[in-house]
Amino acid sequence: MAASSERSPPPFPELEDQELEPELEDEDSDEGADIFTGSTLSSMDPPLPVSTSEPDKDIFSGPRAEPLNNPLSETAAEQLKAVSGASSKAKGDVPVEEAGSEEPDDLFSDPLGESGAELETHTSNAPLLDFSEEPPKSDPIKKAASSVAAEKKVLHTDLFGDGVDDDEDKDDLFKTPPGAMMKKPQASLFRAEPDDIFPEAKTEAKPATKASAKQPNNAPTDLFTEEPFTVMPAARAAVKPAAIPSANTSSKTNGLHSDEEDLFAEATVELSLDSPRNDRRKRDAMKPSEPVPCPSTSTSSSKPQPKKLEELEEEEKEDKFDLNISVTNPEKTTLSMFRSKQLTVRRRFSDFLGLYEKLSEKHSPNGYIVPPAPEKSILGMTKVKVGKEDLSSDEFVERRRAALERYLQRVVSHPSLLQDPDVREFLEKEELPRAVSTQALSGAGFLKMINKATDAVSKMTIKMNESDVWFEEKLQEVESEDQQLRKLHGMVESLVNHRKELSVNTAVFAKSVAMLGSSEDNTALSRALSQLAEVEDRIEQLHQDQAANDFFIFAELLADYIRLLGAVRACFDQRMKAWQRWQDGQNMLQKKREAEAKLLWANKPEKLQQAKDEIGEWEGRVSQYERDFDRVSATVRKEVMRFEKEKTRDFKKQIIKYLQSLLHSEQQLIKYWEAFLPEAKAIA
Amino acid sequence: MAVRLPVVVRGGKELLCSRFLQLRSVSVDLNNDTPLLIDIPDALCERDKVKFTIHTKTTLNSFQKPDFSVSRQHEDFIWLHDTLVETEDYAGLIIPPVPPKPDFESPREKMHKLGEGEATMTKEEYTKMKQELEAEYLAVFKKTVQVHEIFLQRLSSHPAFSKDRNFQIFLEYDQDLSVRRKNAKEMFGGFFKNMVKSADEVLISGVKEVDEFFEQEKTFLLDYFGKIKDATAKAEKMTRSHKSMLLACTVTTPKIAELLEKLRKLEARVASDQELKLTELFRYYMRDIQAAKDLLYRRARALADYENSNKALDKARLKSKDVGQAEEHQQQCLQKFDKLSESGKKELTSFKARRVVAFRKNLIEMAELEIKHAKSNMSLLHACIEQLQSN
Repeated sequence: MAASSERSPPPFPELEDQELEPELEDEDSDEGADIFTGSTLSSMDPPLPVSTSEPDKDIFSGPRAEPLNNPLSETAAEQLKAVSGASSKAKGDVPVEEAGSEEPDDLFSDPLGESGAELETHTSNAPLLDFSEEPPKSDPIKKAASSVAAEKKVLHTDLFGDGVDDDEDKDDLFKTPPGAMMKKPQASLFRAEPDDIFPEAKTEAKPATKASAKQPNNAPTDLFTEEPFTVMPAARAAVKPAAIPSANTSSKTNGLHSDEEDLFAEATVELSLDSPRNDRRKRDAMKPSEPVPCPSTSTSSSKPQPKKLEELEEEEKEDKFDLNISVTNPEKTTLSMFRSKQLTVRRRFSDFLGLYEKLSEKHSPNGYIVPPAPEKSILGMTKVKVGKEDLSSDEFVERRRAALERYLQRVVSHPSLLQDPDVREFLEKEELPRAVSTQALSGAGFLKMINKATDAVSKMTIKMNESDVWFEEKLQEVESEDQQLRKLHGMVESLVNHRKELSVNTAVFAKSVAMLGSSEDNTALSRALSQLAEVEDRIEQLHQDQAANDFFIFAELLADYIRLLGAVRACFDQRMKAWQRWQDGQNMLQKKREAEAKLLWANKPEKLQQAKDEIGEWEGRVSQYERDFDRVSATVRKEVMRFEKEKTRDFKKQIIKYLQSLLHSEQQLIKYWEAFLPEAKAIA
Repeated sequence: MAVRLPVVVRGGKELLCSRFLQLRSVSVDLNNDTPLLIDIPDALCERDKVKFTIHTKTTLNSFQKPDFSVSRQHEDFIWLHDTLVETEDYAGLIIPPVPPKPDFESPREKMHKLGEGEATMTKEEYTKMKQELEAEYLAVFKKTVQVHEIFLQRLSSHPAFSKDRNFQIFLEYDQDLSVRRKNAKEMFGGFFKNMVKSADEVLISGVKEVDEFFEQEKTFLLDYFGKIKDATAKAEKMTRSHKSMLLACTVTTPKIAELLEKLRKLEARVASDQELKLTELFRYYMRDIQAAKDLLYRRARALADYENSNKALDKARLKSKDVGQAEEHQQQCLQKFDKLSESGKKELTSFKARRVVAFRKNLIEMAELEIKHAKSNMSLLHACIEQLQSN
């Protein structure tokens, strides 16, 4: 956890992004989910508290309208919870804390001053103000909360318990119509923050908060676990104890009140959420399960688990998700940088995305081809979660597993990426900080979108007079290949569908042949017909298998390469960007020189020196840019060569595999028909 | 188009003939030692008419020559069938089902499209499509010729039908039979007759049936065959569409594309063979069963007539009026019914035997073909894999 806190990403951008996201990101399939998840990752985690967590999310995410809507519907639930007592609150709080941890973290971390929340002004301001004063209050308040019966008061107390001024918060809360709802989440949020923040002094608050932000899922555990380390020393012992007890109580109480909460949570979910969200929720739920075991040392860990278990009942399948891939790469054994020869870690899907984010951030500007992670599929995931039909969801999980495995293989087979500490960490570390920015709609996602958009614009505007024909040709090649692959992919997919259809029809046919056989009065013929039915049955199975092979071996390969080609193109773009920077630098230098000449002419020696300095500076920069560009160009060239080699190898391997699968099918077919032949001959 | 089609057919003629030689009498069990040997060595497609060349070899002296051929159209076949059905003497026989009308619509349409798209397509695409179309056309053509041939062969192998005057005329008359197509009124009349028949069938079904098990079996079979036909047709469709999928796969790697293309062609062969052997078999027997059912219907009708005449006789006796006439009528009906029953039974038994034999033959052939295709697929794949692995 501590480590995670150190590496926490800059919270700031996210805030903005989150706010913007909903509007901007339309492209990703996951959008719906992402919208919520981006901001609410943490909140989603605790299954039970989902209801509360969601509102939080909404609030923060920017659209204030949402909070209102949800809250209204949920107010009843909240009240009930409140009534149920401190324990219930504790629950709510715990999740909330998690939720809070993310955003509040951001808020506080950046804006210690206050800038933090533009959108979230209510929340952010209040907390900020509170910090200074609260500490003392928080403890009493919490205690009071536990004992207090008054709903609102309780809520407030919990929320503000950490030190927020009741009045202010209330005001804020109430200002927003759904006040009640808001309060809870906010309260929890604040609570979480206060814990971190106060104990450590504001300066420390950032790291702590960041950590929490990173690990929304782990938030409950993390918060608690971390707090002991960071907070305890801080001498704010009082605060912590309060928090921890609350957590504990909540865990204890979970059993009792969990049902109610669940009901509410679910109800609210359905009201406010669409399927994607459910999806997310479930996933998040899953997530907690992972982290929990690790930090089991902490007292708080026990709390999350029970909740999760409850939700897990629903989502046993998702467990598979966590399993993901135990990559046992032969390479690892030889590399000294890994601690052990064989590693097994559990990762969530979003961790993979997170890995990709990190890698692409680090390496793609240098012209490396960073293998893209598999895309999310809300539809598939939702099916897995909602639909219980094992077949399709199994298929989905398997498909994703295979895709992730291939992704990892690609990453580790890349010499430079393999050296990346993040990769190592991904493969090695028991527990990974929650990848925050992976959601398409998260702040980072949003930022990415903007970047992409600007890239696209600049790409259009940049007219690069290509000095190297090789690049031009390659780029064209890549583009046409991309198109061809897409076409082919579509065809293979339809082939798969047709084959599936064929297998279904074969099954129908087999059935009717069997019926025919049963009504046939010639015994030998009847037997032959039923044999034929059997053969057709097997052939149906064969078709089905072959369809799966078509898909897994062939179609997935194509899909992978379509994505990879995108990455290749991105690295060409990077090169172009580097070029553009260089050109800009040159232009600037030119301008500076002109200015100098003017000054010279105007005979203004005092400014002349400055101008000369600037020219010197720019000269340095330009040469730097030029070197960069050359470096990027060289890397791109190397990378593309490597990519092509790999591509050839991959295609060869896969196509051979595919042909072998076809061969196998044919063999089976021969076997079946040969077995049938004597039967047919036996008809007298 | 009209110009192009015959070309297509001509081109495939040798193939057609050779295929037919091996396919001949696939679906029916025919005694080739009958004194009458019939085949359709050639057919020509002109617009929407198909002209079959019918070649006959015979030892029967009722024919003027031992070896002759005539040209006939589909309508002539229908005429022949209808006259047979209407012949009273054949009521007790299963009249071979009339072949279905040749359906060249879909290939023709495609051909049309091809002609239109000629300008927009690349040459490669065009030839590819054309080849495919020709293959499809040929398949339809083959099937059509085959069913017509089988129809004639069944007639010729039947002791009664082979001596039928109309049949002989059909085979021998070297001029155009100039059978006029059914006009609308007749079509409607036929339709009406069918309606009446089916209604009558329902009525008659109440009549006690002596050989009920026969009829029951038939109805069963009809049901199942209907289903099967459905399923088979679907399977065919799927296989074919799946082939067309493969066709579209033009990969960047030419070798793979070539392989896929070959595979696709083979698969297409599998599908068309399957269709020929299995679907057609089922289809044919569906029609045959319909014919058998018609026979049963005629028999049941006779039975009902007989019972009616019995009743009439009773009435006449009561009134002691026209007793003689009624008795005579009753006797006639009885005779007719007995005759029908007898020949019907014989026909049905032979039908059953024929069916079993035909099924056996087709199933064996299909299995063999499947194996053959699978094997050639395999060797193709093998070769390709080896090639890939070597470089």
